[in-house]
Amino acid sequence: MHWIFEPGLFSNGSVRTALVLGAMVSIVSAAVGVFTVMRGQSFAGHALTDVATAGGAGASLAGVSPLLGFIGGGIIGAGAMDAIGVQRVKGRDIATGVVLGAATGLTALFLYLVTLHSAATGSTQQILFGSVFTVEPSTVPDAAVLSVLVVAGLLVIRRPLLLSSISVELAAARGVRLRAVGVAFMAMLAVAVGLSAIVIGAILSTALLIGPPASTLKVANRFAWAMSLASVLGVLATWLGIVMAYDSYYWFPSHRGLPVSFFVVSLVVVEFAVASYVGQRRKARIIVAGHDPTKTPEQVGWV
Amino acid sequence: MTNAWISGTAIAALVGVVGFFVVMRGAAFAAHAIPNGAFAGAAGANLIGVNPLFGLVAFAMAAAFGIGATSRRTKSDVATALALVMMLALGAAFLATSTEYEPAVNALLFGEILGVSSSEILPVLVLALLCGLGLAVLYRPLLYSSISPELSNARGVNVVAIDILFLVVVALTSALAVPVVGALLTFSLTIGPPAAARLISDRPGRALALSVLLSLFTLWAAIASSYVSTLPIGFFVGTLSAVVYLAARGWDVRRTRRIQRQVA
Repeated sequence: MHWIFEPGLFSNGSVRTALVLGAMVSIVSAAVGVFTVMRGQSFAGHALTDVATAGGAGASLAGVSPLLGFIGGGIIGAGAMDAIGVQRVKGRDIATGVVLGAATGLTALFLYLVTLHSAATGSTQQILFGSVFTVEPSTVPDAAVLSVLVVAGLLVIRRPLLLSSISVELAAARGVRLRAVGVAFMAMLAVAVGLSAIVIGAILSTALLIGPPASTLKVANRFAWAMSLASVLGVLATWLGIVMAYDSYYWFPSHRGLPVSFFVVSLVVVEFAVASYVGQRRKARIIVAGHDPTKTPEQVGWV
Repeated sequence: MTNAWISGTAIAALVGVVGFFVVMRGAAFAAHAIPNGAFAGAAGANLIGVNPLFGLVAFAMAAAFGIGATSRRTKSDVATALALVMMLALGAAFLATSTEYEPAVNALLFGEILGVSSSEILPVLVLALLCGLGLAVLYRPLLYSSISPELSNARGVNVVAIDILFLVVVALTSALAVPVVGALLTFSLTIGPPAAARLISDRPGRALALSVLLSLFTLWAAIASSYVSTLPIGFFVGTLSAVVYLAARGWDVRRTRRIQRQVA
């Protein structure tokens, strides 16, 4: 086993924290991500990461807790998108884009001021790209509480949310309050994404939010199964990525390890390619067998 | 400074046109992802020691084709998100293996008004001109397929080809804009002023002209403010784009109310 797990992997404190936090964030991202992908809100999900990053940069400038900055930034961003009109499908990506554009401008300013006032190098990339190896262990309890809150919230609004994600018309006909559900979901998305942005960085936040759920939706046809598979795929990519990043320190004579994000994203993309292939094969088989692959959500048993 | 003005003006005019179509086609996410791909390319080019412009163009193109090809089988926002994170992860890997000096990275991300040297002006102008010509040739089918893909398909416009060609133009524009405006802020300029122009006028020709004017105004004001205040240009591009959009939005709301009053 020595060649897989380099010496000191499991006795290393920051690696252990990384594995625990990584798994937690992967599961929350997967749960929120299944709905995000179904609702076609990948752009909002990604944009909120960058908005949260602006909040994080602002927090590090003002000297408040970064977690507060990331989550607060995400919530304010979600509110702004809602105010501009994220609810209408047509204007949605413009609303998202305007908020994202303004937030990046603020990030530029905050990071400039941060680098001006501190001698520490690498803070820009730290805030922008994040690294799971440098998370403070003291963040773990707060992050755990927030994760539980988000997942619990999702479970509470599970049915109306799922229905409105599958078909807006169907949900409206059944009396679902679409706007309330939409706002509640955006708030959960903001918290989940802010949390993952601070723990694993902005790149991985989007990768884990979209990748595993999108892969899952290619193959799963039951809701509970989709949720579990997405979580498993997310945790798998994160853990393997962390191990590979740790090992990569020994790969090059220069002892310059490659970043975790690179490995995790690559694994997520590979998972997606495999899932797409499997999904395609299955669809072809069903069509050959003479069945109709285009079942309504209710026939499939999702609702 | 003169270099910044010349290349900035060319870039802002081009971004004004490209952004108009981005807004019309609802392609904001792709317009956000492609400049980030370009950023990864610049980092990679630095690593192997070639001209950054090659890296910028190659990676922006790769992102554009990746999005175009994957979109056919998957929801396009998922395809875009995956292309985006893959590009950013590659960029992060390149940065980790190189000994890049941090301010250089920041300049690529957030822009640098002095990021254009005299020798780079000519390629920038030529490429901008090429993109402009390409858009002029594509103008009608592009506009048509933005408004109604089904109708233009029925009329014999190859919608898929137009889509990919458009992404290629977005990629080239990004490659030009990233060194000056920055990977993250190229997007702000692509969305804010054109979305404002769309709110102000419903006529395509007029909205397009307005979009160019507003984006020129935004970039010029940003360059000047950045020069005077020494704050990063990205901050001004980002906030001014949002301000332009919000102003247009306010104007639009007031106009709608006035019309409603007149009707009532």
